[in-house]
Amino acid sequence: MAAALFYSLSLICIVSSLIMIFHKNTMYSVLFLLITFFSVAGLYVTLNAQFLAIVHIIVYAGAIMVLFLYVIMFLNMSHIVSFQKSKVIKIAATFTGLMVFLVLTASLSSATYNSNAVAGQDIGLASTLGRVIFNDFLIPFEVSSILFLSAMVGVVIFNKKDVIDE
Amino acid sequence: MELILFKVGLVVVLFLISLLIAAYSTYAERKVAAFMQDRIGPNRAGPIGILQPLADGLKMFMKEDIIPQNANRFLFILGPAISMATALMTSAVIPWGPDLNLFGTTVSLQVADINIGILYIMGVLSLGVYGIMIGGWASNNKYSILGSIRASTQMISYELAMGMSIVAVIMTTGSLSISQMVSSQEGSFGMGWNVFYQPLGFLIFLVCAFAETNRTPFDLPECETELVGGYHTEYSSMKLGFYLFSEYVNMFISSAIIASLFFGGYNFPYMQVVQENTSQILFAVICTGVFLAKILFFVFFFMWVRWTIPRFRFDQLMDLGWKVLLPLSILNMLITGFFILLNN
Amino acid sequence: MQSLTNRSKVVSNKTMSWSERIYLPAILAGLRITLAHFFKKKVTIQYPEQTKDHGPYFRGVHVLKRDDQGRENCTACGLCALSCPAEAITMVAAERKPGEEHLYREEKYAIEYEINMLRCIFCGFCEEACPKDAIYLTDLLPTSNYTRKKFVYTKDMLLEGIAPEDRRDVSKRRKGIREGAM
Repeated sequence: MAAALFYSLSLICIVSSLIMIFHKNTMYSVLFLLITFFSVAGLYVTLNAQFLAIVHIIVYAGAIMVLFLYVIMFLNMSHIVSFQKSKVIKIAATFTGLMVFLVLTASLSSATYNSNAVAGQDIGLASTLGRVIFNDFLIPFEVSSILFLSAMVGVVIFNKKDVIDE
Repeated sequence: MELILFKVGLVVVLFLISLLIAAYSTYAERKVAAFMQDRIGPNRAGPIGILQPLADGLKMFMKEDIIPQNANRFLFILGPAISMATALMTSAVIPWGPDLNLFGTTVSLQVADINIGILYIMGVLSLGVYGIMIGGWASNNKYSILGSIRASTQMISYELAMGMSIVAVIMTTGSLSISQMVSSQEGSFGMGWNVFYQPLGFLIFLVCAFAETNRTPFDLPECETELVGGYHTEYSSMKLGFYLFSEYVNMFISSAIIASLFFGGYNFPYMQVVQENTSQILFAVICTGVFLAKILFFVFFFMWVRWTIPRFRFDQLMDLGWKVLLPLSILNMLITGFFILLNN
Repeated sequence: MQSLTNRSKVVSNKTMSWSERIYLPAILAGLRITLAHFFKKKVTIQYPEQTKDHGPYFRGVHVLKRDDQGRENCTACGLCALSCPAEAITMVAAERKPGEEHLYREEKYAIEYEINMLRCIFCGFCEEACPKDAIYLTDLLPTSNYTRKKFVYTKDMLLEGIAPEDRRDVSKRRKGIREGAM
């Protein structure tokens, strides 16, 4: 039962993410990315991490993808089929992609798998997660929140540029 | 097995009740509008117009179903479907009454008591905007796209303040489960309602609920004077019906959430006295009735406000959301935290 | 300049106070007003079942009257047609034959009498001009129709019946201009 769920969710996840990359219409890409998010959230639920799953949906599907969709609708980007691609950009893109792939394989090959240990615990529940974040990882957590704050302030300043110049 | 049967039954009953109440909300809306304008309202279909929702529904079904030539057919159909589905999904985590002891097993009048119920509601609410956005975009119409852009902006902006005001409630309850939130509001006389401890939070939540359900004074996504019909300009027949209907279902669910988060859900004064003197089934029925009465009051309140306050301008809407409600809700959260620390 | 009425108001552009800027008192006052209207008496008149009483000066569709013995009053003098500013009235006169005294009061009568309701402006000059009290305006409205021809009301449509229940009561009818209206 659990294995079947895992494999079907993974299949949906992989297939929809591939469609997301290869589909020409940006609107459909966004929607398939959405399906990917949902299947990932489903995988979280199978790991007994409902909190993570629902936060994943709220943050990614509910906020970030809405903004993506928003921008696509505003710019009407679904009609732009091909971007200008110079040789340099193509080479740079290939190189970056390979680098990401390399990093991922390196990190995954050094990782150890112990799915039973994860599934058995309530590590994804809100209380456990909160305890872990505010005890063991307090400083990284606060640093990342300051990073977000600085990003927000940066955006505001970019938009206020004209006002400052006057 | 019996539990599953009970839950399936509960789902069906909830589904029907949601639809019934939403259908009669359309009738109530017209009646309330009429009464507040010194008119009588629909009264031709059946006695005092009680069959009006049926007539409206029938009309919607019989209308010609038009899909514009340059619209994206699949997404055009998907839009209202998502709207309706997300509207109906939310009621799963709302506790409609206290636990029952039936045939030796304890059953709760709640479809799923998941421990993150309130987050589930936030998640589903945030997905509701997709129905509007996809439908508006797929219509291939400038008015529709403007309406859906307004809808998404508005919903994202007000979700923040809404989430923050809920955080304060979560802090006082110490749980993300709605059934625990409701049962913690029992207090000494069944009056330990959160609205007395979180008046500011309640106010913020209420305003945000209006914005999230696209009700006046925040009905900019479909404002007729500027955008014809907003995101549903191109829609006709039952697809339009789904959009209009999902608004009423949303209103019903929002009222249920307000009632259970801030007005004690099924709790009422002198609850223990009633519990001791009546049978268990009767008590559950009374509790559910009280909860429904609270919900219906808020549904009425939604309509009451609609016929009182005019629509916001878009920049005013954004100002209110970002510059007033968000700071206020953060302040509310800080004050709540301060008092919790003081009590410890 | 000094204002003739005391209804004019000086527009103030003052900045709002804090209690005004949070808008909540104003919203509550608004809610109170709408709730008060919720319980007020409704002004609706359920039209086909209920009708609003018209005043004695109301000018609707015309009626051609008969006298107490059921004889037509009209003598086809043509004063109504002459007075009609819209030229809506036409008629054809005929001479009363012996033996028709129970039908027509005068020796001359209108064998045809037509009013075009699309031309008529319901000014009531015809009833004021009539020397024989033969034409009156009632409180009925001309019904809607599909063709222009159907709006030309012929004599049999305008003339009241002989039977007492078919008579049209015009005793409350007041001609001319309402006092104080001008």
